[in-house]
Amino acid sequence: MIKLSAEFLKGIIKQNPIFVLALGLCPVLAVSTSVSNALGMGAAATFVLVGSNGIISLIKNVVPDKIRIPCFIIVIATFVTIAELVMKAYSPALNRALGIYVPLIVVNCIVLGRAEAFASRRPLLDSLADGLGMGAGFTLGLMLISSIREISGSGKLLGYALLPGFQPALMMALPPGALLVIGVMLGFFNLLKGRKE
Amino acid sequence: MNIGQFLAIFISSVFVSNVILSRFLGLCSFIAISKETRPALAMSSAVLFVITMSSAITWVIYRYLLIPFDLAYLRTISFILVIAAFVQLVEMIIRKFMPALYRVFGIYLPLITVNCAVLGVAVLNADMFFSKGRPLPGSFLFSIFQGACVGVGYTLAMLLMSAIRERLEYSRVPEAVREFPLAFVTASLMSLSFMGFNGFKF
Repeated sequence: MIKLSAEFLKGIIKQNPIFVLALGLCPVLAVSTSVSNALGMGAAATFVLVGSNGIISLIKNVVPDKIRIPCFIIVIATFVTIAELVMKAYSPALNRALGIYVPLIVVNCIVLGRAEAFASRRPLLDSLADGLGMGAGFTLGLMLISSIREISGSGKLLGYALLPGFQPALMMALPPGALLVIGVMLGFFNLLKGRKE
Repeated sequence: MNIGQFLAIFISSVFVSNVILSRFLGLCSFIAISKETRPALAMSSAVLFVITMSSAITWVIYRYLLIPFDLAYLRTISFILVIAAFVQLVEMIIRKFMPALYRVFGIYLPLITVNCAVLGVAVLNADMFFSKGRPLPGSFLFSIFQGACVGVGYTLAMLLMSAIRERLEYSRVPEAVREFPLAFVTASLMSLSFMGFNGFKF
């Protein structure tokens, strides 16, 4: 049990996929315009991570080593398609807001990276915990960036006005703001890491 | 189908919604390989070629396989498989017949399979040039042209970025922001200037 929770927790801070591993940044930058989009993206990515990690951990002994990557991609693409169809059926507005970034979870390096580095050589429960932890870390990072962008870019959080009289900087809600926030945050994390060592 | 539509696609995919600076596709390779101009140019030419070809291939798959059999929901799976197989094929052909070319950009080809710009453009083409399961007039040419223009946009951003970063190598910056953080902030400023093209409309 302790081991499982360790696998879960490492994804949140120590190996946070966004800030520490710097993986899967394309969707992070594109959908972090508002916190609600970020939550939807985080939920979809977590679902795909847990599902594909689980299946890949189950089939790891059957798949020949040479064609493992295409096999992993098929498993991942299946889960992405499920997530896409569910989102289309139950939350068409969110699906429109996320647009092409939902199918693009297939080529998100976090998912394939975890499949290759973790799920393909560890037992089922560990892999599920790892997927859940990575998904949670991804969602938390996404929420952090999107709340910074939503507050500074439109003066709102989850659609509610926060600071009366605050003049929002539109740039933060547009593409340059995303690149700026991620650059500054990566620098900040580097600074913290340097202090510790 | 007229020249104006082609011009609109060109302006929009090279400048206004530049694949990297505004849509954030292919960002990993953009940050990782833009330290020097030469590899950046090699990578860009590989991307340009693969995106153009895969736009044509995925259009054919979508139009003649997925739509007639009502399989449009398998779009993501089939596109990524076709792109992966195509890239693998190109790599094998180049390695066998054009070793010189292989040394220039062959090593970047495997990276392109998981480059989101390629799959992104395929999905974008299917969204833009098909309406309710029907291809719009001229959609095949538009798809290929859009693929090529996105590749040109990628090349442009890559060239600008690598030129800037070659200069940055010689400047003294704080240890913590060296490499990636500084690259992102630079990209942010570039993206800001590309937003100036926003008023362009045809």
